[in-house]
Amino acid sequence: MLYRENGQFKTNYKDDQRILGITQDRVFVWALVIFAFVGVPLLVDEYLFRAILIPFLILALAAVGVNILVGYCGQISLGSGAFMAVGAYGAYNVLMRFEGMPLIPALLAGGLCATIVGVVFGIPSLRVRGLYLAVATLAAQFFWDWAFLRVGWFTLYTPSGSVAVSNLQIFGWTINSPVEKYWLCLGFLTVFAFLAKNLVRSAIGRNWMAIRDMDVAAAVIGIRPVYAKLSAFAVSSFIVGVAGALWGFVHLGGWEPAAFGIERSFQLLFMVIIGGMGSIMGSMFGAAFIVALPIFLNQALPVVGSWVGVTISTAGIAHSEFMIFGALIVWFLIVEPHGLARLWSIGKQKLRVWPFPH
Amino acid sequence: MGFFIETLIGGLMAGMLYSLVALGFVLIFKASSVFNFAQGAMVLFAALAMARFSEWFPIWFGFDNLFLANLLAFLAAGALMFLMAWLIERLVLRHLVNQEGATLLMATLGISYFVDGLGQSIFGSDIYQIDIGMPKEPVFALENVFEGGIMLNLEDLYAAAIAASLVIVLTLFFNKTTTGRALRAVADDHQAAQSIGIPLNRIWFIVWCVAGVVALVAGMIWGSKLGVQFSLTTVALRALPVIILGGLTSVPGAIIGGLLIGVGEKLSEVFLGSYVGGGIEIWFAYVLALIVLMFRPQGLFGEKIIDRV
Repeated sequence: MLYRENGQFKTNYKDDQRILGITQDRVFVWALVIFAFVGVPLLVDEYLFRAILIPFLILALAAVGVNILVGYCGQISLGSGAFMAVGAYGAYNVLMRFEGMPLIPALLAGGLCATIVGVVFGIPSLRVRGLYLAVATLAAQFFWDWAFLRVGWFTLYTPSGSVAVSNLQIFGWTINSPVEKYWLCLGFLTVFAFLAKNLVRSAIGRNWMAIRDMDVAAAVIGIRPVYAKLSAFAVSSFIVGVAGALWGFVHLGGWEPAAFGIERSFQLLFMVIIGGMGSIMGSMFGAAFIVALPIFLNQALPVVGSWVGVTISTAGIAHSEFMIFGALIVWFLIVEPHGLARLWSIGKQKLRVWPFPH
Repeated sequence: MGFFIETLIGGLMAGMLYSLVALGFVLIFKASSVFNFAQGAMVLFAALAMARFSEWFPIWFGFDNLFLANLLAFLAAGALMFLMAWLIERLVLRHLVNQEGATLLMATLGISYFVDGLGQSIFGSDIYQIDIGMPKEPVFALENVFEGGIMLNLEDLYAAAIAASLVIVLTLFFNKTTTGRALRAVADDHQAAQSIGIPLNRIWFIVWCVAGVVALVAGMIWGSKLGVQFSLTTVALRALPVIILGGLTSVPGAIIGGLLIGVGEKLSEVFLGSYVGGGIEIWFAYVLALIVLMFRPQGLFGEKIIDRV
């Protein structure tokens, strides 16, 4: 009854081209954004910001980037962790090497570094595809893990090999409380999510999807595979790089290459697959799921253990977390291989026809 | 020159071990187009089972014979791997037929998390030893040709011999037995194989069993070399460039790819690594594989990829 596009006529091109075509969608999304900016800081305590919300926002941003490459352009990448690392170290170098560099240009410069690296490591995608490409992108992962550990130039020759940034400032506004960090990350996520949403429904987004569905057929109808694939790599790694810079600067503060290891790449790919390939909204669902699940398990397992009268050791909890996480992933892939975004659209369809079944 | 040959032989030995792990990947990919990321976890699980059983059996049954303990532990660990293969086929793969490659990849990653956790909660997470009586002391060969001769590790030689015999057994199994032929038929074309009455589910079970046994042998050898510990799972990541270099669908490719990567890694580390700060063997293999892929997208021995619209 409430969610229906009946009677909403589009009488000019401007209406026709809106990102959110239906009034209810528009109202819902804007309400959500306003709630996230204003309502959440009033309701939530500091621990939740630090442990869940900030990691969620940053990884959701990264997942949007990975989804552009994997979900929209169909190029499976296991190098996303490396692109995050390049973003973080790139932003760090720009911030430290140029006197008086403002924060936001530095973060974006980190994204640009990741873009260049992403395009270079995307070149194999012109020759190989599918799982061969997935393994080929691992080359990026291992190469940059090594480079940031061994090549002193990237870390400004800090003796410990780990780097740290402090005193984040935007126009004199110092960002140090969790709420301010949350606002910064939320701002980035909102802007990039809308940009990405807009991009994937434009000509270039349609090119990517054509390449994903069948690249030979796309080439036959006049889409340039080189251009489409490399642009997907560029856009994706830019977003992932900015997310990496945020992860280092805002979430961690100080970091070493292990923060962006291969586990991070797997985690991002999990988010995309569980959230739903080819859906911006899905990336956020996936990120929420993957960020919250281990914390939930960590909190819930000792409680469940005490109900049945078993004290689980710390190692036991770590191992059972692994097992439950793995089993849930597999179970989820079996029951809903198209991800949480699919459930979302089924829900919307149900709402649309409610109260009738068809 | 002697040093060069020493490095070369060391590389060949390491390569033999890589190809053992790579074999597990190739077998499963050939038969079911599943890229099995859980192979590393299976290697760890099998090695843990073997190490702990060989420790427990003498205590449980009150005998004191290293060979018997190892044999029983090997059989028990093998039985566990069969059980695992059956469960994976039954609970996971059967439900994921015809899904996209990425989904299957993620499912096997999920399996690998599960198997990692399971193995360590059953068998413990310390470092364990597998002692299958391999000699540890080095021997020297060709002492009359080079000054000081070439140092060989007898342990490596034994490991290479075991690996080579496993490969021969597998080749015979694939080429001479009815089941092996059925496996190759399924690998060639699922639908055609099914239409002449080969049961796909059983074939997949058998393939996972074979991969489990390969993982057990790999885990046994790696475990006795390095000790059984969590880092064994990274062996699988080291074996990935091997399979894309050799081709995802080729058993000889896995062997030759393994040898090439092993030699390349060792030579690059010794002769190139000192210029750039060392530790390059981890990514060198990947870059080597990447360069090969640029010229042969299907790997050195993979089936040619033909695109049709």
